[in-house]
Amino acid sequence: MIVYSLTFYLFSSIAVLSALMVISAKNPVHSVLFLILSFVNASGLFVLLGAEFLAMILVVVYVGAVAVLFLFVVMMLDINYIKLREGFLQYLPFGALLGIVLVIELGILYLTDISSNINSSEEALEPRIYEIENTKMIGEILYTKYFYLFQICGIILLVAMIGSITLTLRDKGGVKRQNIDNQNSVNALNAIDKKKVKLGEGI
Amino acid sequence: MISLEHYLFLGAIIFTLGVLGIFLNKKNLIIILMSIELILLSVNINFIAFSSFINDISGQIFAMLTLTVAAAEAAIGLAILVVFFRNLGTIEVNKINKLKG
Repeated sequence: MIVYSLTFYLFSSIAVLSALMVISAKNPVHSVLFLILSFVNASGLFVLLGAEFLAMILVVVYVGAVAVLFLFVVMMLDINYIKLREGFLQYLPFGALLGIVLVIELGILYLTDISSNINSSEEALEPRIYEIENTKMIGEILYTKYFYLFQICGIILLVAMIGSITLTLRDKGGVKRQNIDNQNSVNALNAIDKKKVKLGEGI
Repeated sequence: MISLEHYLFLGAIIFTLGVLGIFLNKKNLIIILMSIELILLSVNINFIAFSSFINDISGQIFAMLTLTVAAAEAAIGLAILVVFFRNLGTIEVNKINKLKG
């Protein structure tokens, strides 16, 4: 149990520290890299909670796709980031006030003995070691009970894909493309053009 | 012994850091998008902690839905960002006033 606690504190402290660095790093590239570190540590916490499948999904989807996309955009855009940081501390008092209020409110909410409301028995509050694997359990419930939600997810991703492609696609002029209609409408009369060429001259 | 409250506190701290990030980096749109990702991550931590401690797998399904929406949001947000930068040459949030909103 002590190993469990130590692992929890290790993962969660690194996650919180790297989240802090995400919002305070000078260079946005460093921000993205700290975001990746934060996600990796969160996935470690998910493994600790017994959600192995989601931990792996988090690493694959977030670190592999979303964070790399962020990195791509940060490096692709030619922006003067120093100018963007002007007035960074201007909103710090207001932001800090809001953050403190938020933390106190959430803390009060959690300290009101939430566990007794969820479940009366004390043993059920421990993370359970499942007899069948986590992935199989998710599969069994995802494709039956939550099948419509699963399909809606697919539609959301499709819409996001089409949306981002149509937003960023630029139609460049002067590109030569194959025109099937023109190709099919060619016949012997208009395909060949006879010309009388004088000797020693061109057309 | 690590209880449910520990995970909830962790989620609350990361959520607050995300909100704080939106306020601190009021000019840089990329950092704001990253802060939104942090907020969604804290939501996921809460979902999975509850799912694990109540012994109900449904929470993990909903965490997966959050993940999907977050990925879609990041893709569309970055696409809008790229288009915006192409048109105006800046990503400052307070310069986004083309719609006169």
